[in-house]
Amino acid sequence: MEAFSKRFNYLFGSTKGLILVAISMVAIITAVWGMLSGPMAELGVRDVVVKTLGMDMVQTEREGRIIILYHTIAMAIIAIETYMVTSLIKMKEFYKIAVRVLITVGYLMAMIFGMGFAYFGHNWAFHGLYITGLALIFFAGILLTIALSPWNPKYHNTDKEYAHTKKGIDLERMAFFATALTTVLSAMFGAVPGSFYGNGFETFLAENIIRMPHKTVLEYSVIGHLHIMLALIAIMLTLIIGRWLNFKGTWHKIAMPLMILGTIVLNLGVWGVVTPLQPAAHMVIYVGATPSMLAALFLLIWSWRKLIRDGTEHLEKPTFGQKFSALLRDPLKFGPTWQMLFMNFTTSFIGIFMAIRLDEIFRVWPAREERIELTGHWHVLSAIIATIILMYYGDMIGLKGKVRQWYGWGLIILSDVAFAAVTIFEMKRLFITEAVQQPLVNALMYTMDFGLAMLLLLLAIVLAWRLVDLFKSKGRWTEEVEHELVDEVMK
Amino acid sequence: MKRFVLPLILLTVLLTSCGPVDLNAPMPIYETGIDPNSWVPIPAGEFYFGQHEHIESTLAYQIMVTDVTVSQYADFLNSALADGSVKFVNDEIVGFYPGDIFRGFEHEEEIKAGDWVFIPLDDPSQRVEFEDLTFSAQSGYENHPMTMVSWFGAWGYCDYYGYRLPTEMEWEKAARGTDERPFPWGEEITRENANFYASRDPFEDMSNVGSRTSPVGFYNGKKFGNYQTLDSASPYGLYDMAGNVWQWTGNVYEDMHYRFMRGGSKDTYEMDLRLWVRNNATPTYVSPGVGFRCVKD
Repeated sequence: MEAFSKRFNYLFGSTKGLILVAISMVAIITAVWGMLSGPMAELGVRDVVVKTLGMDMVQTEREGRIIILYHTIAMAIIAIETYMVTSLIKMKEFYKIAVRVLITVGYLMAMIFGMGFAYFGHNWAFHGLYITGLALIFFAGILLTIALSPWNPKYHNTDKEYAHTKKGIDLERMAFFATALTTVLSAMFGAVPGSFYGNGFETFLAENIIRMPHKTVLEYSVIGHLHIMLALIAIMLTLIIGRWLNFKGTWHKIAMPLMILGTIVLNLGVWGVVTPLQPAAHMVIYVGATPSMLAALFLLIWSWRKLIRDGTEHLEKPTFGQKFSALLRDPLKFGPTWQMLFMNFTTSFIGIFMAIRLDEIFRVWPAREERIELTGHWHVLSAIIATIILMYYGDMIGLKGKVRQWYGWGLIILSDVAFAAVTIFEMKRLFITEAVQQPLVNALMYTMDFGLAMLLLLLAIVLAWRLVDLFKSKGRWTEEVEHELVDEVMK
Repeated sequence: MKRFVLPLILLTVLLTSCGPVDLNAPMPIYETGIDPNSWVPIPAGEFYFGQHEHIESTLAYQIMVTDVTVSQYADFLNSALADGSVKFVNDEIVGFYPGDIFRGFEHEEEIKAGDWVFIPLDDPSQRVEFEDLTFSAQSGYENHPMTMVSWFGAWGYCDYYGYRLPTEMEWEKAARGTDERPFPWGEEITRENANFYASRDPFEDMSNVGSRTSPVGFYNGKKFGNYQTLDSASPYGLYDMAGNVWQWTGNVYEDMHYRFMRGGSKDTYEMDLRLWVRNNATPTYVSPGVGFRCVKD
């Protein structure tokens, strides 16, 4: 009993344990539900999974099922970020514990009962528990926002290395606060239409109504909600990575005000889509996205310079090759910002190109082609976020030596190969017709599946190792019980 | 040597993507026994419309049992060219369309009265041929659905014979009947029900040309060679209302120039074969996966 209690305490009471549980839950959902579509469906694997697990796949309810699936995965990711934030940023112990309890119970309820409701018959008690889970996460968000308040003098920072106001208000904390606050507010843009459409099951996927000239306020709200929530998850992760790497100096002082400004303006733009200002909202969104992306760029510049500096400090006059080698020496430290850069080629630039040439190119194609671009776009963004989290996780569980290299470079190369293939697949109509596309489609599919399957295998190996470790009385988990991420921030 | 294995495999896979696609590769030829000239009456009355099963109603009308075939379209072009209803412009067949009301709404493009493309003739996917001043169907494709036809070309065909394109409601009622089924034949879909992406029908070759159209009415319960189909007619006896080719519908909606298609196609997964799923494109769009059928009052 004591052995169980100790492990339970690790998994649900420590930062690294909580993150491990959440990553495992997402991995299980991804592995099982990933077999229901795409090549797995073509190969007949889906039918076996559906039959074996006794899933109830009513045709009219597909869109509703997918919405719940996306939400359960997103809630676990938000929980992981919350664990990281509460471990990295100073706050009262009460808030830290309360936020963690609420969000852990919340995401597990949302995941277990949400998926139970969506895929295994309609037990309405499950639906109620799913909603309860989401509500708990919402309350956790409110508490987290309060806990991150930057105005309390106790949290002021007057260190010249970090961005702060004249009065000492920590601008990095302010950026965390702004992101948490706007996340809570933006969640309501999904909750309100969710309640409306859920009450009668007239659900829809945003990509299916994108060309309708007249959308209702609640339809706009759904479209705005899914865009901003993903953007906010990405912004929060950028802040987390910055804190882990101990982002500071001049770049930090420029980046943090930009991050705060970008987050607020971006949100105002997205919220604007449900107001009469809707026609101007896109412009506001572009204006808001620019400082946020610049802030991420400054983090990248600073972190790459630091990696090079740290890796060549023993050399008097390092050559370009030595500097390059220093940059790539640690894939887990180089990888997160590299993935942020790579994201521009697979999502940001593609999105901007689509926006600029929408009517000339993309709206000439059938809606189903546009849907491929839209869904590919945010699947890649979500997956990039996941790889960055896994890189940080690899560092926090102390991967070293060759294992660290294989894990880190595996994440980078395998994911980027897959994401590049997805991007070419999305854009294939620019350079190939439907009639002659099949060999290219096959090659891209093989590449995507290879990259993603190997990535999942890599994750499975790590998770299996952690599972085995849990059976050891003096496993690594015993050391991690007391670890806090703030103590492991780079010096 | 080991270090080269993975790159070599990846390179091989990528090189296979550069191989030429033979659009005229041999294909089995089957007579399905379903008459593409036949029509069925759809009675007036209520039915369940859309994914959320709203109750709607239509007047009585008749609808073609199958999609318009390549042969039927070639016959139309011969007649229409002879009486001047269509004409050649460069490598396209164009015909007159009276235009739509234009309000200049966001993303809306003006469809003016004038000549619009019906079909391109220079596209290698085109199965209508023009030789010796006569249009004909490419050998083997006579009873396949007419594809590479724009919405104008579909509208023009129906209009020429005094028919019209079905509205989305008419299309869905003809496909669904009066119950709540998601597919024309019932609740579930198997590979033997319809021609969809990777459905392993005798016409597809996923290593080269990919999915290809099947003859109209192919999924009628008969065995073709070693391939056993399931009878997948709709409650009113229509074939190919799910899969094979998307079908243009006739609605012209306010504030948009897009035209809607229904039914999914050989190039889409099963989810797009559900009866309420909509697709849309500009009316000039042509594709090897888009065809049509007509209705008459």
